[in-house]
Amino acid sequence: MDAIEVEGLRRRYAAGEGTSGGGFEAVRDVSFSVREGEIFALLGTNGAGKTSTVEVLEGLAQPSAGTVRVLGFDPCAERAFVRPRTGVMLQEGGFPSELTVAETARMWAGVTSEARPPGEALELVGLGGRTDVRVKQLSGGERRRLDLALALIGRPEVLFLDEPTTGMDPEGRRDTAELVRELRAEGTTVLLTTHYLEEAEQLADRLAIMQAGRIVASGTPEQVVAERPSRITFRLPAGVSPERLPLSVPAAVDGRAVTVRTYELQQALTELLLWARDSGLALEGLQAKAASLEEAFLEIAQAGNRPGQEDDRAMTEVRA
Amino acid sequence: MSGTTTTTTRAAGPRTARSARSGRLSAQRVGALARAELTLLIRNRSALFVVLLLPTLMTFSLRSTAGQADLSGTGLSVGTAVLPGTVGMVLLFAVYSNLVGVYVGRREELVLKRLRTGEADDREILGAAALPSVTIGIVQSVLLLAGGALLLDVGAPARPDLVVAGLVLGLLLTATLAAASAAFTRTTELAQLTPMPLMLATFAGSGVFVPLEIYPDQIAEICRWLPMTPVMDLLRSGWTQQLSGPDTLRALAVAVGWTALGAYVVRRRFRWEPRR
Repeated sequence: MDAIEVEGLRRRYAAGEGTSGGGFEAVRDVSFSVREGEIFALLGTNGAGKTSTVEVLEGLAQPSAGTVRVLGFDPCAERAFVRPRTGVMLQEGGFPSELTVAETARMWAGVTSEARPPGEALELVGLGGRTDVRVKQLSGGERRRLDLALALIGRPEVLFLDEPTTGMDPEGRRDTAELVRELRAEGTTVLLTTHYLEEAEQLADRLAIMQAGRIVASGTPEQVVAERPSRITFRLPAGVSPERLPLSVPAAVDGRAVTVRTYELQQALTELLLWARDSGLALEGLQAKAASLEEAFLEIAQAGNRPGQEDDRAMTEVRA
Repeated sequence: MSGTTTTTTRAAGPRTARSARSGRLSAQRVGALARAELTLLIRNRSALFVVLLLPTLMTFSLRSTAGQADLSGTGLSVGTAVLPGTVGMVLLFAVYSNLVGVYVGRREELVLKRLRTGEADDREILGAAALPSVTIGIVQSVLLLAGGALLLDVGAPARPDLVVAGLVLGLLLTATLAAASAAFTRTTELAQLTPMPLMLATFAGSGVFVPLEIYPDQIAEICRWLPMTPVMDLLRSGWTQQLSGPDTLRALAVAVGWTALGAYVVRRRFRWEPRR
């Protein structure tokens, strides 16, 4: 049994609810599963439907259609069986600003069965020295740390982290990534959303990229990146016509700037360099870059934003 | 539901006890949340003023109003006119109006949403938020009633059971209506306004400032259906024994009815997160 199973999930906001005036379908037929002990990242631009999806998994909202199982249970109808085994970090904190860090942790421990001692949870995220500070005086990064501490207080088997590192400084992000890895080593299943693509690339065992409510690419980071072409860029010397380029793959030329996209980076590069040597040309600003998750992501996001583009076409284009 | 048995077997193993425990209402969870809520109340000066001082201050204005009113022919003394009103003030200010602000404030801070991701049940979350105000309301009512009875020379109530019934129903009613009102309150600023209709209706028509006895019968009859009127009538009747048996039953039914309606509205309309 997978720790998280999502099948044909749809979530429609009624007219007047959420941001848009009319009815709006934020999640459109999303399916994926997260294996036990796996770190799974859900990526996408703002409004892609990540949080709407995660809220259903957390049991905060009912799906409009489809089924969702967490540890084999319906997170809404069977919440009493799910809640003691999950930890949740919402996108925004949600703690009374006038309580201190210690008081907040004590409150949360009080509503959690078999909770860690509050002090231990705060130590885990490096807030051990800030226990008497009011929540309103914490920095954005410290609030995220507090939220993480509370998500961990019940030693959850499944952890939902909605943009856990947003607002953290680089050190905080590194600490959090380290902590998430340790949790995986202990067998915790983690579903996280993030804006930081290198974070997803380093942390996630598998990931899915959402666009306009659908999953448009998924797999291991390597798989998702492998579907993308590598890129060679350089500037043509003055007086050299683009027609003279030797490449079997098409190149995009903008003035003197040339961009080559290829799935055969080594072959294309060899061809190009041999041609340049034989012609006695210097290729200014030459760069060859294997595809990264960031590039994959940006390309998918741009495909979705192109005017007149149908959602379904965006999807086939990405898969092609 | 047929799924219940399979559910239980699926949860077999060491986790079963943990899961089952989380399914029942828990005093420990309510205690932890109520403790945090009490801390927040103590740190909020304006709320503290409304909860602790306003009802007592209002009692003095009740006293002077009642002193000027013509109570002849109503069978009331200044004491029996004022005492139920003091409890009315406690219920309206310390419980009702204060709790509308608490529920809306916690919702706007996303605290309610965060709490719902944990093990606490919805009823535990709402109940725990009300607990400090309700407890203060009880203590305050008892002190004001005892002090008032002494100072205004009315003595002990002949029917203490009616006083207790009025107080308990009043607390349940005002706490429930506070959550219901919060459902229709978008922002903490509006939480200053949305309690007004019930408060004004109660002042004018439920016998807080002026006993219904001095109104024409038909108007008094209409007023008996307002949410807080039965509470005030029950309290007053504890001293005056003015309610007949059927009248007492009707008062109980009206108070329970409004509470049930409030609970229904909460179930159907309460919002756990802000509209964005």
